[in-house]
Amino acid sequence: MENLFKELAQIVGPSYVSNQPEERFIYSRDPGTMEPREPDFVVLPATTDEVRKIVLLANRRKIPLVPMGGGLVLSGLSRALKGGIVLDMKRMNRILEVNEKSRYALVEAGTSQGMLQAYLKKNHPTLKHSVPDSPPMATIGGNVLIHGSGHLSHAAGFHSDMLNGMEVILPTGEVVKIGSCSTSPYWFGRAPLPDLAGLFLGWFGTTGVVTKLAIKLYPNRPYQDVGVFVTEDPELVPEVLYQAAGVQVAEDITAWMTPKPDWAKGFQHININYAADAPEELIWKRNLIRASLKGLISRKVGGFLPLPPPMKKNFLEAPQTTLAQFADVRKGGGFEYVGGIMPIDLFPRAYRAGIDIAARQGTTYSTGARIIGLGHCMMFFFAYPFNRADESDVDRARRALEETNREVLEMGGIPWKAEAPAQKQIIGRMDPHTLALINRVQSMLDPQGIMNPGNWEVR
Amino acid sequence: MEFADILHRCFRCGYCKFPNNYQDFNCPSYSKFRFETYSPGGRMWVLRAWLNGELKTTPRLAEILFSCATCGNCVEHCVFPKFKDDILHAFLAAREEMVNQGTVPPAVRDYLKALQVHGNPYRLPAGERGKWQDGLGLELYSGQEYLFHAGCVGSLDERGMKMARSVAGLLKKLEVSFGILGTKENCDGNEALFLGEKGVFNSLVERNIQEFQSRGVKKVIALSPHAYHAFKNDYPKNSYPFEVFHYTQILAMQSKKLMGLCSQPGLRITYHDPCYLGRHNKEYQAPRKILKSISGLQLLEMGRVKENAFCCGGGGGNFFTDLLGSGPESPARGRIREAAETGASILAVACPNCAKMLEDAAKAENLEGKIAVKEISELIQEHRAEGIA
Repeated sequence: MENLFKELAQIVGPSYVSNQPEERFIYSRDPGTMEPREPDFVVLPATTDEVRKIVLLANRRKIPLVPMGGGLVLSGLSRALKGGIVLDMKRMNRILEVNEKSRYALVEAGTSQGMLQAYLKKNHPTLKHSVPDSPPMATIGGNVLIHGSGHLSHAAGFHSDMLNGMEVILPTGEVVKIGSCSTSPYWFGRAPLPDLAGLFLGWFGTTGVVTKLAIKLYPNRPYQDVGVFVTEDPELVPEVLYQAAGVQVAEDITAWMTPKPDWAKGFQHININYAADAPEELIWKRNLIRASLKGLISRKVGGFLPLPPPMKKNFLEAPQTTLAQFADVRKGGGFEYVGGIMPIDLFPRAYRAGIDIAARQGTTYSTGARIIGLGHCMMFFFAYPFNRADESDVDRARRALEETNREVLEMGGIPWKAEAPAQKQIIGRMDPHTLALINRVQSMLDPQGIMNPGNWEVR
Repeated sequence: MEFADILHRCFRCGYCKFPNNYQDFNCPSYSKFRFETYSPGGRMWVLRAWLNGELKTTPRLAEILFSCATCGNCVEHCVFPKFKDDILHAFLAAREEMVNQGTVPPAVRDYLKALQVHGNPYRLPAGERGKWQDGLGLELYSGQEYLFHAGCVGSLDERGMKMARSVAGLLKKLEVSFGILGTKENCDGNEALFLGEKGVFNSLVERNIQEFQSRGVKKVIALSPHAYHAFKNDYPKNSYPFEVFHYTQILAMQSKKLMGLCSQPGLRITYHDPCYLGRHNKEYQAPRKILKSISGLQLLEMGRVKENAFCCGGGGGNFFTDLLGSGPESPARGRIREAAETGASILAVACPNCAKMLEDAAKAENLEGKIAVKEISELIQEHRAEGIA
């Protein structure tokens, strides 16, 4: 182990490698409920070449390698389930290029959402990227690779749909370019080539380490507004989403349901965010959205909520800073959640499931959804707060999480960024030929089985 | 440990690492070390593990704890209103625990030992304290409106002494009524308190209060924002109440007398907010008001200013212990690079610690030819038109 420390230190410098108990402790866990798993080393690479050398070393020594971005998935995906090295990628945070006319940004994978947001605001104010509601520490690379979603997902889909290309270190050490950058100096997209991006999206780092990626940017329109449509009947929500999405003027459509504060209990709130280049355009879009829901309003089964300015400001913020505050509901610094990717038809069932599970587990909840694409699917989330200082409360949240994963799969959804136990549940339902293909891909790319072992373990 | 009950409430969301526009990391220790353990959230979790017995006391743990510059960025940007105000209090309580255990880093131990034995971190005799003002013709305090407190850095550090001479000299020219304590001056104790040594701090409070009381001091002008903060917020209000001002606040009150100053046309300046004047005490305007009184001067603000300012890394005792000091990723070097990027040829400062940290950083970055670090009164003295004051 001492030799390994020296070898790692030779690659990244002694300041950026640690096998100290403090780093092993903090990198053994994330803010969710998964049990800690200690790495042997934590390493902070700064360049593609350093990552390549670390991968080669890990390969030679058959040591597990766990890439980590912001470490905020809450499902423990960057825990070293079988020990080894955690690669904290956040020193690789340079913004390498912004192509204004073709609207894309090329960044190192550890670039935080917040830094890209600030960089664009300062240097390219007419452009923005789709910001997830995770804190600004979340990385661009991590969020794309887990199929994240954000404030432009209604308009443009999952963040993985907004990926133009990648630079990846394969588990055997080769540096590979994916997308147009493999053939051209430009990172404009993945077509018209064989699309190899799928070898790395959603694999939780089991097929390689992404070091650079280009993502699509979108117009940052100066006039923004949000309308909140409210109904008491969850059965109506798929219709609301279908109609509002069908107009194709919203940038983001999200739903939220919470038992607190009291006035919100029992209501389904659907936030519809839209933006424009001129005040007239904003009014026109507002009218189009309202017209799409006119039928429901005239039936008096729903309507738009008058929004006090602080609430509107909060809903227009990206990311919404208040969302993290849910972790302090039980004065305990934690919440756990399942994001179920599913068709919007399942909204009423998912909503009821969340309430029932929370009641059964004796915890409170917050549920909601983000609409992906034009209502092609949604990420329905079930969030359960817990008190980190109370082990029985943590257990309660963990049980609620497990039950929710089962329920999501049962109804036909798939848990998003699933933790290792949920991955097993998914694998248990997966088509055997799909499993066999996953196995072949993993065996081909990672013959030593060093990449984030314990995740998507089908071998 | 006091405030232990908030440690588990940190979610480690990481808002505390950033300024409000997220442009770069704004926590000095995280910015330098880049391990999660050195971030405010990581520190909260590591402390909890230490108190629970999951982690032992080690030199690494001590470094994690004492490398916090106590700049207050985490308190400012934490999104949990119900406990954010106690984040720094918890870190200080943990430092106090380590002081009591005798397990602080050697540099912290040496600082506290020097302060205890010599009354200053430079291990110099008290007789040296008054030398900074030789030749200025300043009066000892004897009932003037203000007492001018130069502090340890202003009295004994070469860069600090230059600043103290400049500020006191300007106050004199502006006919502000003040006196000094010279060799009778004591350390204010801010660093001792923020390094977790309450005993030493309390004895310094007692000595200062006794000195002020015996001389009838009613108003104090502090050269250092650190002393300003300690006098204003950490000295007991009930024993001997006195008013305290940072020198920029006094200069701002004199701004009418400064209005005739002029710079060479187009002089471009940027200003670094000291944490203990700005974020801790919300004084952002006084220094800017003074700078704006110099006609022809162009103030170019950095991206991180006021409550979002990036600390030079000298707070919480780090000016003396240097746990954050070296290497290109040190906060001071990051800050001087940011200042240079504005296109300013001068970085104005209002704190002796910042002045030294940033001047050294400019040398290390080879930026001396591009940007000069100047304290505000030095800048004014340079541009003092004839006949003013």
